[in-house]
Formats: sequence, structure tokens, C-alpha cells
Amino acid sequence: MIWFTLQKTFTLTKLDMKNYFLIRCCITAFAGLGISSCAHVKEYQKSRINDSEMSLSSRHVEKNELNAETYREGSSGANGGKTGGGCGCN
Amino acid sequence: MMVQAFSQGPATDSSGYKPKKLKLDEINLVSSYYDQTANKSAVMGGRTDYKGNGDVTDFANGLDVTFIGWDHKQRKNTLSVGLGIDHHTAASQAYVDSNGTSKNDGTRIYPTLSWSRENELKGTSFGLGAYYSAENNYYYSVGLNASVSKKNKSNGEFSLKMVGYFDQIKMIYPTEFIPVTKTPPADTTLHYITTASGGSELVSSTGTVVSKTRGPEIPSRPRNTITGSLSFTQIINQRMQGSVELDMVYQSGYLGLPFHRVFYNTGKDTIESLPSQRFKLPIGFRLNYFLGDNIILRSYYRFYADSWGLVSHTFNLELPVKITPFFSISPFYRFYIQTAARYFAPYAVHTEQEQYFTSNYALAAFNSSLFGAGVRLAPPRGIFASSLRILELRYGHYSQTTDLNANIISLNLVFR
Repeated sequence: MIWFTLQKTFTLTKLDMKNYFLIRCCITAFAGLGISSCAHVKEYQKSRINDSEMSLSSRHVEKNELNAETYREGSSGANGGKTGGGCGCN
Repeated sequence: MMVQAFSQGPATDSSGYKPKKLKLDEINLVSSYYDQTANKSAVMGGRTDYKGNGDVTDFANGLDVTFIGWDHKQRKNTLSVGLGIDHHTAASQAYVDSNGTSKNDGTRIYPTLSWSRENELKGTSFGLGAYYSAENNYYYSVGLNASVSKKNKSNGEFSLKMVGYFDQIKMIYPTEFIPVTKTPPADTTLHYITTASGGSELVSSTGTVVSKTRGPEIPSRPRNTITGSLSFTQIINQRMQGSVELDMVYQSGYLGLPFHRVFYNTGKDTIESLPSQRFKLPIGFRLNYFLGDNIILRSYYRFYADSWGLVSHTFNLELPVKITPFFSISPFYRFYIQTAARYFAPYAVHTEQEQYFTSNYALAAFNSSLFGAGVRLAPPRGIFASSLRILELRYGHYSQTTDLNANIISLNLVFR
């Protein structure tokens, strides 16, 4: 269903074909990371990983910065910020 | 004695476990001040003269209160209640009225509510959330989300999230597109003007408003955004972890704004027209690495493509330096580049034969950079031994090649 929507809404020009290839590479990398096994790290070895600066998300203090970028730029999403909704009227 | 010894069963971990009611865990306050200078405003169709002024100020405040409790099955329940209030001024908003006399400020209010349940033994969690946002006169938006996540045995976590935003855009047109229905007043020093909200004002030659008449109820049109989000995080070794996040976003409905003008190459103006569907595909990668004992490298890259032909790349690098275990300074740099959407053209370039057109520079080809630094203070016993546990201050300077420049300063206070 999603793939059908993708094919229907994307008009593939030469430039888009290049992007289509990039998207496929990204999805493959995503799947690759998902199935790959990494060195097993035990709980007592996670002192650095558990440091608050190592968090794999945007900081709380960045919230309004991300919001401004969402409305000043044409792209959004995949960063913990909004993907839509709201006006960005100003 | 032998009987006594055999009658003692093995002690289980949960034998002394008692559920805990929801209790206040954290109060999180984020305040920001944003100051922007720009020209080529979308309201004036990308004009570069004084009428295209795109200066904006925004003072945003968000408060989140989090409660945590454990139920009888040892599942952690988290309830968060939030309220955000922004107040902005926008020079371009004044030009919704062609005379430049519209109200140029506004307030946005957005309450949020979310709940999640985490089973730490099974490594699973489930969450639900609701969001509402409204800005007087312009729109309102309702958001709903649901998420599930599962941790695996090799320090990975897979999450799936669905988010829906259901907006109603008020159809406020530039005043030249609203017919004046009043007959001219007998006093020739007075004249009627139509306001952006569809009402009318009797104005003297000096610009003083003599009387106001409210217009009819302004109709609105829907805009829906549905997002499916997949993410996977993985601890790679004792110093490194990474994540991949893929969003699939489908938007439908009225995707332009009714007060964004477009000027044709003939000089005549109209309202921007954009397709009623948009499919967005952003994918983001994060990789954090602990260098030595005091420096952390936080990196982020995003690739984005959508069905309007806009493609972008975002690179972000942050380098927190721990001066002490509880105090760090974090310089950061973000570079962003995008191609134009196929419907974009600058001021007075579009032709009347085109079906879709916009002069909104958020859809133009440009690149931007953001740099600045943040400081974070988080002593274990609180700042000055108070309930204020974390203080974060961050400043960033943002510039676009479209002549847009902005400064943003943000403060985050966490009380426990």
C-alpha cells in the first residue's frame, strides 16, 4: 500500500531516479544495522553509553530550534521533531 | 530442624515488591527567544522591497510535568502533561491586509498529554499521546500518536510509532481578494477597508479606525498528516552507539496557505496553489562516540526526498566537552542543503498557465548553516542543593542563502 502510494505520487525524473537509488541504499543500511550483531556490552560496562550526553535523541533545549527549522526549510522528520501539523504561518 | 530447613522455599525477587502509585518525577521547562530578519516573505509573494519584510520574533515557553509509578506487574507507567504558549510578532502578517495594517502578532497555545507503559523485564513498551494546538484566527490542529518498542538481547531496540495530525486551516485571504460590500460613506475623509478576517473598518484619512464591523464566520479547510516511523538503536561497543530513523509521511488536504500571494510575470497577483497530496521520506542516522574521558562526538545525517521534487541533506555535528563530570560545554554546527520544489519560482516569474505555483522561499533551493554552543550543568544533588537538577542554556545563529538570518537562545530547567 505504502509502495503503491510512493509510486503513484513520485514522478520519476532523472534526478528523482538518483534519489530513488539513495532511498533504497538508506533502507538497505537500515535493515543491515537491524540484523547485524555488535559486541555484547554488559550492564556494568555501560557507564559511558549511559552518560546523558550520549543520548540518541535531540536535546530538550533544542525543541524550539527544531520547530523553527521545520517551518523555515522544506524538509522535516527523522529527527525527533514534527513531521507536519501546525501552521508555520509566520 | 531438618523440617524447618526444607520448609523454606527460595526467595523470589518480587516477594517484597509493592506497586507504587503515580508520583511527581520531573518538571521540565523550556523557554526560547527567536529573532529573525528576512525579506522575500511568502505573504508578499517573495517581494524584495520593504513590503516583503519577513522579520519575526517568537517567545516560546513549554512546561512538561512527568509522573511515574509501577503497577502490580512491575510495569513502569509514565504520564506526562504539557502546556506550551508562544507569542510572536511577524512583519509579513501585517500585509495579509494589502495596506499593511493587519494585526502583526499572535499567540499559540498547545497542550499535550502522553502515557507510556514499560515492562522492564520483557524490554517492551507501549505509549499513547494526544496534542492540540491553536493560533487565534489562523488554524487549529489535533494530534494523536501510538508507539511500541522492543529491546533485544544484543543491546538493540526497535520502535514503531504512528502519528496523525488533523489540522483545520482558516481560509483567510489577502484583502484584495475579499470584495468590499459597503457603500462609500457620505464623509469623503472616511473610507472602508476590508480586514484579513473578512470584516470591515471605517478609516479616516489619518489612518484612525472610526468603527469596526465583524465579518461572517471564516470557513476552514482540512489538512491531514499521517506519519509512520520506524527506528532502531544499537549499542555498538562500550563507547559507541547509533540509531536509524525512517519516517514515512503522507499529507493530504489544503497544503498551501490562503494568505500566501504569488505574483505572475504580468504583475497580477493570486494565491499560492499547491497539490493536495505530498509524500515525504526522511531517513536519519545518529552516531555518538565517547572520545577519551571528556569529549563526546554527537553526529547526525538526514537524507530527505518528497513527491514535490524537494531533496535535502542535513549534517549535524556536536562536540560536548566535559569540564567536570557535571558541567559540559557543547559547540555545534549544522549544515543543510535543499533543492527547490518543482512548483517554486521567485517573485513575478510564474506564468498564468501553470497549475501549481508558490513563491514561498521555504520551498526554494538554498543552503543554511546553524552554529553555536550550549552549556549544561547537572550536579547530582541539584544546583545550589535545590530541586533544580539540570540547567541547560543554548545559543545558535542561523543563516540561509535566501537572506534569512536568525538568532535563537533557549533555556531548559529540570526540577526533580
